[in-house]
Amino acid sequence: MENMKLERTKRIRKLAAWTWTWVATMAIATFGPEFIWDKHSFLTPFAIIVNLANGILMILANRDLFNHFDELERKIHLESMGITLGLTVVVGLTFSLLDQKDLISFDAEIGFLVMFTGLCYLTAVLINTRRFK
Amino acid sequence: MKNKIRDLREQKGMTQEELAEFIGVSRQTINAIEKQKFDPSLPTAFKMAKLFGLPIESIFQFEEK
Repeated sequence: MENMKLERTKRIRKLAAWTWTWVATMAIATFGPEFIWDKHSFLTPFAIIVNLANGILMILANRDLFNHFDELERKIHLESMGITLGLTVVVGLTFSLLDQKDLISFDAEIGFLVMFTGLCYLTAVLINTRRFK
Repeated sequence: MKNKIRDLREQKGMTQEELAEFIGVSRQTINAIEKQKFDPSLPTAFKMAKLFGLPIESIFQFEEK
């Protein structure tokens, strides 16, 4: 069990590290062209590619953690992912439609959808974990 | 699915943590199986049957819902 816990901690730390660097490279790619390198023709696409590569490594780290889950944890996370995916598509398209038809006073930015996805997944995992307690 | 995991574990004097370690799952999973909130996979059921020295069908009883 100690080995399992150590391995779990190692994989969580790896995922946390890739997630934080992904957020950091996203911030650099977003604000860098305006505030750091003044829209340099090489640095802007380079920062975006670095961010994309970092995101792929974050996904691989998440897969590594998922592969370490036991059968109940996998069920909890798979159900949560299913609910999150469904809600993100349905709510995302509704949100976009509201924007297109000018029924909301602000733009339907992708950032809102990302926040919604994160909160939805977190809520679904908490509810599903409680279900099996 | 009904099961006798809690009784069998207690007869063996094992804690949920010890059983979880032997089977290779988390303690929460053992707890969910004992409370019949979660049905284990076939490999997990076989590992339990081997540990308790009983056939699977005497540990788990299928119930039509």
